[in-house]
Amino acid sequence: MAQLESNDGGGGKKKKGGSKQKKMSMHVDFTPMVDMNMLLITFFMLCTSLSKPQTMEITMPSNDKVQQGQESKVKASKAITILLSGKDKIYYFTGEPKYNDPTSLNPTTYKSAGLRKFLLSRNVDAVKEVEKLKKDKSDKLITKETCDSLVKIAKGGKETPTVIIKAADDANYKNLVDALDEMQICSIGKYAIVPITKQDKDLIKSYELANNLPLSNLK
Amino acid sequence: MSKVKVARKSTLIDMTAMSDVTVLLLTFFMLTSTFVKKEPVQVATPASVSEIKIPETNILQVLIDPQGKVFLSLDKQADMVNTLKAVGEEYKMTFTDAEIRSFMIQKTFGVPMSNMKAFLALKAAKQDEILKDYGIPNDSLDNQFKVWIKSARSSNADLRIAIKADMATPYSVIKNVMNSLQDLNENKYNLITSLKEVAEK
Repeated sequence: MAQLESNDGGGGKKKKGGSKQKKMSMHVDFTPMVDMNMLLITFFMLCTSLSKPQTMEITMPSNDKVQQGQESKVKASKAITILLSGKDKIYYFTGEPKYNDPTSLNPTTYKSAGLRKFLLSRNVDAVKEVEKLKKDKSDKLITKETCDSLVKIAKGGKETPTVIIKAADDANYKNLVDALDEMQICSIGKYAIVPITKQDKDLIKSYELANNLPLSNLK
Repeated sequence: MSKVKVARKSTLIDMTAMSDVTVLLLTFFMLTSTFVKKEPVQVATPASVSEIKIPETNILQVLIDPQGKVFLSLDKQADMVNTLKAVGEEYKMTFTDAEIRSFMIQKTFGVPMSNMKAFLALKAAKQDEILKDYGIPNDSLDNQFKVWIKSARSSNADLRIAIKADMATPYSVIKNVMNSLQDLNENKYNLITSLKEVAEK
């Protein structure tokens, strides 16, 4: 919409006579254009997802049968088993499972004072190493690639714990992701999700019986 | 020249600059945007501190709702067509061009094969309405999920599998999906999460 406008400003008004001379100036009214653009912007803003979702990469053990004697054994002193149960309950034990001793099971929580504190205390060296590397990276002492590979080495070190995550059927997905998240926060490089066994369930049950806790609904 | 000149100010504001700005913003949004995919079920993903972004293409997304219904989505229509054909072969079904077209425009799919033909014959609006009541069967008796994954993999070898599940989904459902993937030797996949604020140490 363009309009030729005389400098008296009266769009449709009749002039009071007098001069015939007009100063012509060319004005294009951009208001409708702006209106339309705003509308389109609103549309695009509402219909798009700007932030791409985050992901977590996991690698599961393959189903192929490992030949006897070739499977990697976890050092009992470095093994931590985490049992995820329903109603956000979580237990852990270290080393070899003692299925007839309910006191070997320790309850903990998903909060930072719970599981994280324990895992960090078991993994002090790797955590320190990773933190140092990250600091070096932010100080531009090393490149991102070197940092990543060094972090990987630090996390997979011989003295780092191996965490076995076992989730019961009534645990939910959030519990699993939270547990995996702790692995990342605590710089644990070696962890696996393993199916829960009946013995593990019985252990939780006997623990709950021994401590007069409400029983979980474990099948 | 007129003698008396009434100084009247024009009330018109020059919108050119404003227009410039809006066009710029519009261009920005048009270029950066990826459209939100229509999903049959609303899913609240759990938060994690992981900062890896999901790649944009070659994603096979497995959507799992709190009740354990499983849906799939592929980002390339060519893959979708090939996958449908491969799955159809497995179940001795052939699809007409109209059915394939109807399948191609779906953002997310997840209908048992026995209902597939009837479903594809419906109008798009109706399809969206009832899709959430279906879901791909994924149990030991009738594991169509496996067939879908296998067919998708055969039509595009570069696919990455990403699991997007609701926070409240019971682990038994996730376990089923993971076991099916494991049976197919798909051992590397992604879990889609939302960003959590960096945890306090």
